[in-house]
Amino acid sequence: MSTVIKIENISKEYRLGEVGTGTISRDINGWWAKVRGKENPNLKIDSKGKNVLSGDIHKALDNVSFEVNEGDVLGIIGKNGAGKSTMLKILSRVTTPTKGTFKVRGRIASLLEVGTGFHPELTGRDNIFLNGAILGMRKEEIKSKFDEIVDFSGVEKFIDTPVKRYSSGMYVRLAFAVAAHLEPEILIIDEVLAVGDVAFQNKCMGKMSEVSKQGRTVLFVSHNMAAVQKLCKTGILLEDGKLKYSGETTKAIEEYFKSSFSSRSSFDIPLSATKDSLEGYAYKLQIEDTEGNPINTVPVGKKWQVRIYFKMNKRTEHFIIGIGISNTMDVNFRTTWSAPMNIDKGEYEVIFKDTNIFMSAGEYKILVGLTSFQRSVQYAENVAVLRISEIDELNDERVLRISGNGLVLNPMDVELIKSTVVK
Amino acid sequence: MESEKEGWTLVVKPQTKWFDLNLKDLWSYRDLIMLFVKRDFVSVYKQTILGPLWYIIQPILTAITYSIIFGSMAQLSTAGLPKLLFYLSGITMWNYFSECLNKTSNTFISNAHIFGKVYFPRLTVPLSIILSNLFTFLFQFSLFLILLLYYYFTRTDIHPNRYLFLLPLLIIIMAGIGLGVGVIISSLTTKYRDLRFLIAFGVQLLMFATPVIYPLSVVMGKKRLLILANPITSLVETFRMGFTGAGIDDFNWMYLAYSFCFMAIVLIIGVIMFNKVEKSFMDTV
Repeated sequence: MSTVIKIENISKEYRLGEVGTGTISRDINGWWAKVRGKENPNLKIDSKGKNVLSGDIHKALDNVSFEVNEGDVLGIIGKNGAGKSTMLKILSRVTTPTKGTFKVRGRIASLLEVGTGFHPELTGRDNIFLNGAILGMRKEEIKSKFDEIVDFSGVEKFIDTPVKRYSSGMYVRLAFAVAAHLEPEILIIDEVLAVGDVAFQNKCMGKMSEVSKQGRTVLFVSHNMAAVQKLCKTGILLEDGKLKYSGETTKAIEEYFKSSFSSRSSFDIPLSATKDSLEGYAYKLQIEDTEGNPINTVPVGKKWQVRIYFKMNKRTEHFIIGIGISNTMDVNFRTTWSAPMNIDKGEYEVIFKDTNIFMSAGEYKILVGLTSFQRSVQYAENVAVLRISEIDELNDERVLRISGNGLVLNPMDVELIKSTVVK
Repeated sequence: MESEKEGWTLVVKPQTKWFDLNLKDLWSYRDLIMLFVKRDFVSVYKQTILGPLWYIIQPILTAITYSIIFGSMAQLSTAGLPKLLFYLSGITMWNYFSECLNKTSNTFISNAHIFGKVYFPRLTVPLSIILSNLFTFLFQFSLFLILLLYYYFTRTDIHPNRYLFLLPLLIIIMAGIGLGVGVIISSLTTKYRDLRFLIAFGVQLLMFATPVIYPLSVVMGKKRLLILANPITSLVETFRMGFTGAGIDDFNWMYLAYSFCFMAIVLIIGVIMFNKVEKSFMDTV
């Protein structure tokens, strides 16, 4: 398999603060300083990186090299600010690297944002041609695919209406339809799946896997790890502009989660009053695996537990400690508590062990409550964030990890019976 | 080339050569240029009642205003021509130049939102501006022709002559200077926004240094040299002379040659500068 993209030691540097100097007078000022042999106060970074105060530079990309083979679907992942967008901008030739070279074999097209160049006054038809041409298609090419594009977008009825009269959904669908019918050898996609309704998103996902099945190369940037895992064979992980990992997608995603949420496995619980005035209080919560090792992200289906440290200032009767789990949409997902007991003064730990429920990937909020005779002793919301990641250790064909399957992923027992009734 | 040996279709390096113009690339995007032209043309007069008629109304009203102010009140010479025809000939040519210059000088700033998302040869934008203004020019030129024919049959002092066949050349030089200066300014405005203000009124002032509201024949001495240093002067004068015969004594091939050289120089400088800036302007705009 041949290499279609070769990235060699690419760096991209930005000067912090005001870019350029903006006015002629300050440039003359800088030039004058140079004439006198002093350092230019407004100096821009030159390609060799000389004469620049290091504190002034932000390296959006730092010496990144990788190769992409023909037919690969490469996922580019990383936190915000890791350099993904800069990488895409360089690959799509919107900007040039400060250092390094990249080589491409074949036509490259990028969908950094769908609908670029759409003119509100023009009709849908005119915009298909205009947008297609901006994306690098010849007029003949667009003509031959015109019906297909209109069909895909589902806006046939409004094709001769100016796009400013379109709903935002129609607008985006038309824009994506044009982009999806580009036929470059290399396609760069950035988060386009974030648009449209679920049905349209599925259509887009389908189109993308179709593209990759045709043996074309796709570079895909997304925060949606489930989509990355589903679509991409290989992945690269960027962190602070550096290439952290390059290789198998699953491994890259694992690394991503490891590096993303490094210190967040234990959480301090804020108190509403001074410690001594309370009957008792929980002060620390930790998310752990079943061996008691703190973990920050739980793969789907992996057993986990919550350990809470609490202190009682006096003997309390009919004491209950409980936790509640809700998702980010504030849907209460689960509440569980201890059996009532009488408890002496002292320090305690309590462990809530997950029974066999596979929660779908995402973030969950944990609240902690302490009661005595159904009277609240302590009640703290949003104490901790439980992260369930899309990667899983189940190897169970029946458990799908993409979002949209509901909150609980446990499969039901499915019994298949050969029917004996003959029609 | 080494890169071609390895079979790469594209090699991007931080430094580019001065003359790395990529005209082949530009040619493959020729459809885009035409679509930009169509966009500019169609979108401007959407939702107006008179539509493209505005292209004609503008110069008529300007010519009438000039006739009243400069012709009747200030009594400036019109080289023996009817006032309306004289001013219209100047305005038609001048409008084309000033529109080309004004619009191309905003290329980077007004298209930053598109340039930041997709790559296509940036030169397509100024080229499409030159072309769409050419359509406007043709509208206004036909208006001028109608007026010319009217006077030709009602008067005896209108003498169209063989120099009128220079028109395509005049247009090319005009467009070339507008494009060249425009892209120089647009390349500089990515760094210096000051120039946008300068160009806006600079073009207006430059009109007074061009024989639009007066004929070259009335300017004498040092001032004449100054006016002749303006490369647009010979274009406006030749145009007027070719179609009406006015100022035929002032015609000199050297003036046209000067304009042509001027065009060649600014065009080369402009395209090279533009080419330099287009690669990295997203980081500075």
